[in-house]
Amino acid sequence: MCGIAGIIYRNGNGAHRIGRDITSMLQAMKHRGPDSSGFALYHSPGRDLVIRIKLADANTPRDLEFGENLRRHRREIATRLRTAGATIHTIDDVNEYTLSVTLSYDSDIKRLADHVESVPDAEVLSAGHALEIVKDLGDARTVSAGYHLDDYFGSHGIGHVRMATESDVDISNAHPYWAYPFSDVAVVHNGQLTNYHQWRRRLERSGHRFASECDSEIIAVYLAEKLQAGSSLEDAMRESLEDLDGVFTYICVSEDALGMAKDELAAKPLVLYEGEDMVALASEEMAIRAVLDREIETYDPYEGQVMVWTR
Amino acid sequence: MDAVSAGGEARYDARGLVELDEVVPRCSKIDGDSATLDAEHLTTRRINLELRWLLYEQGVREVTVRGPGARHSLGAGILTRCRITFEGSLGYFACGIIDGPEIHITGRVGWSACENMMSGVVTIDGNAGSLIGAALRGGDVVVKGQVGARTGIDQKGGTIIVLGTAGMMTGFMMQRGRQIICGDVGPGLGDSMYDGTIYVAGRVSSLGIDCVPGEWTDADSELIERKFRIHELGSPPEFQKFVCGKQLYNYDNLEPSERKLVL
Repeated sequence: MCGIAGIIYRNGNGAHRIGRDITSMLQAMKHRGPDSSGFALYHSPGRDLVIRIKLADANTPRDLEFGENLRRHRREIATRLRTAGATIHTIDDVNEYTLSVTLSYDSDIKRLADHVESVPDAEVLSAGHALEIVKDLGDARTVSAGYHLDDYFGSHGIGHVRMATESDVDISNAHPYWAYPFSDVAVVHNGQLTNYHQWRRRLERSGHRFASECDSEIIAVYLAEKLQAGSSLEDAMRESLEDLDGVFTYICVSEDALGMAKDELAAKPLVLYEGEDMVALASEEMAIRAVLDREIETYDPYEGQVMVWTR
Repeated sequence: MDAVSAGGEARYDARGLVELDEVVPRCSKIDGDSATLDAEHLTTRRINLELRWLLYEQGVREVTVRGPGARHSLGAGILTRCRITFEGSLGYFACGIIDGPEIHITGRVGWSACENMMSGVVTIDGNAGSLIGAALRGGDVVVKGQVGARTGIDQKGGTIIVLGTAGMMTGFMMQRGRQIICGDVGPGLGDSMYDGTIYVAGRVSSLGIDCVPGEWTDADSELIERKFRIHELGSPPEFQKFVCGKQLYNYDNLEPSERKLVL
């Protein structure tokens, strides 16, 4: 089933409590997916690059070497970031197994990500000048509290509650997916893709890496490749309706835009509220009402529709 | 029968439906045979229990529910003649398997509203999601806004009236009944329909398999005028009629037609 949600404030101001908003929306849809919750949040873009790195997963055995491995891998990551040519400003231990690194780097992000991921068990969750992805097991409130998202200010964001149907329940297989190796793009998806393996093979041949076994990751990497080739977000999303098979509704975000796409069978729900100051969309209207206390009018986009809003 | 009984045993409401872990809140303001329920801080289950308690045990005939907050499954399973007004929007599976009530929703509804409805009237002032009137058996469903995909899928009777546009595969596998769509409809109209009639006033993107234009008769005009008059929808626009082409239709070879009549 899964639940997806997104919100974008249209005044270009990055001072909205986006972390709290997405948490409320996801918590209202907890019944759609109890396995994991995830957030892709956008703060005001800065000059520095922020990368979030996972050192271990939920199902990594917590054996005697666990703590020592984490410390060793953390040191190795710092070394490899420097080897890749980055100047590290801060390394923040978000929790036991998650790092948030702020750095200056102006070369190929793929090179940077591949350097980090050459450390055992390390995975780059997100990379961008505005984007930060947070995902973990548990409901939205648990994840939000664990990662202090209540005080996260920004302009737009998306979220996902997962009911696993296609792959494992762990952090790697949780949404949102970062559009490796394209900075500041993330995707959440509700549905099933039936030509996953064809696309995965095709994209792997062009040098992309996949961090999970989840079909939804295809959408993120597919869009990243289109964006790298110079397509606009909207064009890339339109093309995805032709190229991806299955039933899906997904939300994609970039540094300054948020878009939705619905497959041609309209098999997965999405409710949309378009206000003057903000746009909110979610699998269920209850989620939108969780962040708006006034009476609102919403509608469902039709089959094959792609819509994009900018902040 | 009271919905609350002592001990950890299963409890049953007035209609014999099991209620494992919930009590009737009994918080409505009852005034003669009408009542007002403030649902803002109640759970879905408590709202539905309260509705049943009011209608089956307190003899209330008219209920106004304030603040439904787009919760799912509200107003489901009401099997008596009554009048219910929801002031706001409902979520998925609103007013399913009902028999008799006249329901007015001032907001919108989510997916699968009025599923398997047997009789009564449901009027929705706003939009509706996909699958409205799925497996509808009887009664009238009136949507004043737009509807999503697969409206009246597997419809077996009754009438669905939509003043706005409708999505893809409207009337998919419809078996009986009528749909009156005033706006445009998406691709695959009436795909694989067995029987029934779909009237469309707007543009049709494409017809589904075995759905063909039908011949207009006086009975069609009479039906549309009557429905618009009863539901106070103004003067009807001009409609096209679509029916089943019966090319996919070979049931007469498999079973006697008199058996089909009781479908």
